Amino acid sequence: MSGVDAIVDVEVGRVGMDAPASRIGDDAPRPDGVPKVTGDFAFSSDLWHDRMLWGGTLRSPHPSAVIRHLDVGPALALAGVYAALTHEDVPGSSTYGLERADQPVLADGVVRYEGEPVAIVAADHPATARRALDAIVVEYEPIEALVNSELAEASEPIHPDGNVFRRIHLRHGDQTVVGRSDLVSVEGIYEVGMQDQAFLGPESGMAVPDGDGGVDLHVATQWLHADRDQVAACLGLPSDRVRLSLAGVGGAFGAREDLSLHVHLCLLALRTGRPVKMSYSREESFHGHVHRHPARMWYRHYANSVGDLVRVEAHLLFDGGAYASTSSAVLANATCFSTGPYRVPSAEVEGVAVRTNNPPCGAMRGFGAVQTCFAHEAQMDLLADALGMDPVALRRRNALATGDVLITGQRVTGSLPVVEVLDACAGHPSAAVRPEEPMARPGGAGRTADADHVVRGEAVALGFKNLMFSEGFDDSSEARCEIRDGVVTITSACAEVGQGFVTLVRQIVGEVLGTSEVVLEPASTVGIGSAGSTSASRQTWMSGGAVQLACEAARSDLLTRIAGDYEVPADDLSLVDGQVTGLPDGYSPSLTEATGEPVVASVVHRHAPTVPLDSDGQGDAHVSFAVSAHRAIVDVDPDLGLVRVVELTTAQDVGRILNPRQAVGQLEGGAAQGVGLAVMEEVQVEGGRIRNASFTDYLIPTALDMPPVEIAALVEQPEPGAPFGAKGIGESPTISSTPAVVGAIRSATGLALPRVPVRPEDIALADRDPVKSSPEVAA
Amino acid sequence: MTATIARTLDEACAALADRPHAVVLAGGTDLMVEANRGGRDMEDVVVVDRIPELRGWAQHGGSLRIGACTTCAEIGDGELASLVPALAQAARTVGSPQIRNAATIGGNLGTASPAGDTLPVLAALDAEVEVRSASASRMLPLHDFVIGPKATALEPGELIAAVHLPVTDGPQEFLKVGVRNAMVISVASLALVVDRPGRNVRIALGSVGPVPIRAVEAEVLAAERIDWSGNGILDSEVVERVCELVADAARPIDDHRGTIAYRRHAVDVLARRSLRRALASEEERNGL
Repeated sequence: MSGVDAIVDVEVGRVGMDAPASRIGDDAPRPDGVPKVTGDFAFSSDLWHDRMLWGGTLRSPHPSAVIRHLDVGPALALAGVYAALTHEDVPGSSTYGLERADQPVLADGVVRYEGEPVAIVAADHPATARRALDAIVVEYEPIEALVNSELAEASEPIHPDGNVFRRIHLRHGDQTVVGRSDLVSVEGIYEVGMQDQAFLGPESGMAVPDGDGGVDLHVATQWLHADRDQVAACLGLPSDRVRLSLAGVGGAFGAREDLSLHVHLCLLALRTGRPVKMSYSREESFHGHVHRHPARMWYRHYANSVGDLVRVEAHLLFDGGAYASTSSAVLANATCFSTGPYRVPSAEVEGVAVRTNNPPCGAMRGFGAVQTCFAHEAQMDLLADALGMDPVALRRRNALATGDVLITGQRVTGSLPVVEVLDACAGHPSAAVRPEEPMARPGGAGRTADADHVVRGEAVALGFKNLMFSEGFDDSSEARCEIRDGVVTITSACAEVGQGFVTLVRQIVGEVLGTSEVVLEPASTVGIGSAGSTSASRQTWMSGGAVQLACEAARSDLLTRIAGDYEVPADDLSLVDGQVTGLPDGYSPSLTEATGEPVVASVVHRHAPTVPLDSDGQGDAHVSFAVSAHRAIVDVDPDLGLVRVVELTTAQDVGRILNPRQAVGQLEGGAAQGVGLAVMEEVQVEGGRIRNASFTDYLIPTALDMPPVEIAALVEQPEPGAPFGAKGIGESPTISSTPAVVGAIRSATGLALPRVPVRPEDIALADRDPVKSSPEVAA
Repeated sequence: MTATIARTLDEACAALADRPHAVVLAGGTDLMVEANRGGRDMEDVVVVDRIPELRGWAQHGGSLRIGACTTCAEIGDGELASLVPALAQAARTVGSPQIRNAATIGGNLGTASPAGDTLPVLAALDAEVEVRSASASRMLPLHDFVIGPKATALEPGELIAAVHLPVTDGPQEFLKVGVRNAMVISVASLALVVDRPGRNVRIALGSVGPVPIRAVEAEVLAAERIDWSGNGILDSEVVERVCELVADAARPIDDHRGTIAYRRHAVDVLARRSLRRALASEEERNGL
């Protein structure tokens, strides 16, 4: 029984055959763009099989409890219920995790966060599955939840692995420099709330048993092979018995890096012998994936009187929630980039990521750099104020450049156009006018503000982050290029989650092989090695690079073969616009004629190696870096505390633009997530419980909240070692947009606003005689 | 489960007589959200959105009858919007365009959410709800109809047929505070109706109590102090006191959308702004 043929064909990768060859730099359209707009694209929630059962998950209502009694018998007794499983039914590893396997597949005697899976069922209908979940008997004995991250270290361990996921104590440069008396210092405590990735397509997938003890899992994810290895370990199966295929992904942003329903689906399918589908509701989705780490950050910046940064001290506390997920790597990023794209000769940064009974946190666009950027940019503005300097001038004076050394001791060898990005953004003319239309004022459709209730502010911020995986991780991507009868078939396990790999493949093939006859095989774990994760701004570099190298290898093999057939030097031959040129007598076979006998080339692409951080947080731990700038102009209604972002201007370090349309899309979408964090997006957690697990109450920006994004410049300084010189661009827009918006609100109101998202009461009920800030200014 | 698609009001009433605890479905913008969350058992459903008698509106002298299935989009635009501008403004703040095309005023009443956007306007206008059943018809003043958070005086077998409200001569305002600039549940809202011939002022608050709240003391003071026969304005010192009384009338709670302190503060601000728009002198209205 395969069953796979009955599943809705999710054609994420098929590329049109009749379009002209796209090249690098073209505005090539997304092959899945029109289907997504018209509703024809099959997302993972559209998976269907005529014999399928529906899975459901029973989740803990308590953030912390001991399970005294668990009985699935009453669920199994219901008609239409085919399986009800608990931790006792997990045949392999009982836990999983990206960095360490500390998270139970199903709770074993204890639950550590609200929403933790306790039992799973498979039934003939979603309503039957819900009734089955209701029928399961669980007796919880709630225990006091550890929800304050500041108390985590000193509290009793809530997990056998302890309450500290990682501590990094970074020390760089002369640690005695602050004894000098001529320094100006500013100090602040900053806080970032828990943001959600808020993808539109909730977790969903389908597992199909192969009848031979193995299973096929169709799922929306960011990294098929890492999922497969974790799933296989939990199922107690060799990894070749578990095959994952990418189902249509409705957004990811980091929330699909961790397993969610993967193991559950496979357990149910293997138990029942039937295909099983699960699709989380929106509310369940908020409990079903990790969020961005809430952070508390103390900073002190020291500068000399002319504005050269001398030293930065910081303490970063990241709340990782109940399980590890990617907390260690998030913390490393937060720590390594804690001081922003500035020359900081002396630094001491202590980063700690802790375990609590709050919802688990992990990857989200920006990955640790978002939190610290909010803090270091607020500090730069405070420092400029204390020094009486223009904030842009202060940033320019301290801007990193190629050849400079980071606080990790690593020297920047690639491109890093910080000054160029800053100047382009800050110097871009503003088109912002005072709106006549009341709906365009803060408060929007509620028509709360009249013109004289509105004050305007403006600020610029810079963001800084690494590209690719770091700290010695063996990061690779495999791609295969087969050319047969003129058709180029590319195989890669790269997960298309909206970033545009499916477009880029066509452009790369067009550039290298000069043809539009391209088929991108659906991404799966079968017959191809890992592409790595679609995260860390890495897929264009890693999988794009693998495709480029595979195409070049196939071209080289083809030309060598033809050269041998015609007894001419291979160097004389080339492939131009789909024709082989350089043969004697002007004979110029087409690619179709030349590949009646196919050529195939496979390549595993790796970036330059990195090393782990040492005990002082020093080392060449990162591959490449990117910088972005945002300028925000906001209107604020101080009496009601309502905000309208009027204009958002950006410039970004992109290496080289491969597809301008897609690049702009990344810059716009990323900035929208940054605006959301600045003024509205927060998973509100009280006592370990999420209070707003819905899109009614977890607010993301609408068209009235998000202004058009003005692109001041896409700064193209090709990155050595990157395919076509292109840097990953997906994360930067989310990093610097938040501090720019909040800086602008500060400039409009004079308030310190040390926390995001900024809530209306933070402005409206703030001290009515605010001072610009209360920095500790030492003379 | 049964679903009855009624084509006439009599059919709907008959279906409800048959199954008195059936859920009435109109635009579905509240009900389907609840159903999808699994928070509402729907054994029987009576669908009323295809009943012509429940759609549209009519004016009889100084009174309007708006059918229960009139949508927020219809209320927010056109001639009806010019007759009851505050109701139109409230309707325009409901959800997104797609939601306003489906959501009905009867549904807003039936859900009776403390944050229901049209409810403060209906409260300020002393609207009456026309309730039908197979055997009877009755009119309920709004404050007797909405009896608690998400609770109405509807009896089993009854449905909302229409809402009746007066056309007034004078300024009307509706202001709503939300954390987002559109498509947001209100944190606080305020409706102001100035009835010049009747020489009275009505102020009603939303999202700051279990039901829409009339700020009666504020209304009385404002009505007393407006120079009705002269320039028709309210002095700024009196405005201060009226706003205090408005804030005092609020009975807000702390929840995930806002705090008690902020909500009380917000209705104070909204009162000041609405009074300025409606009743300030030319000079004071310069900033508008």
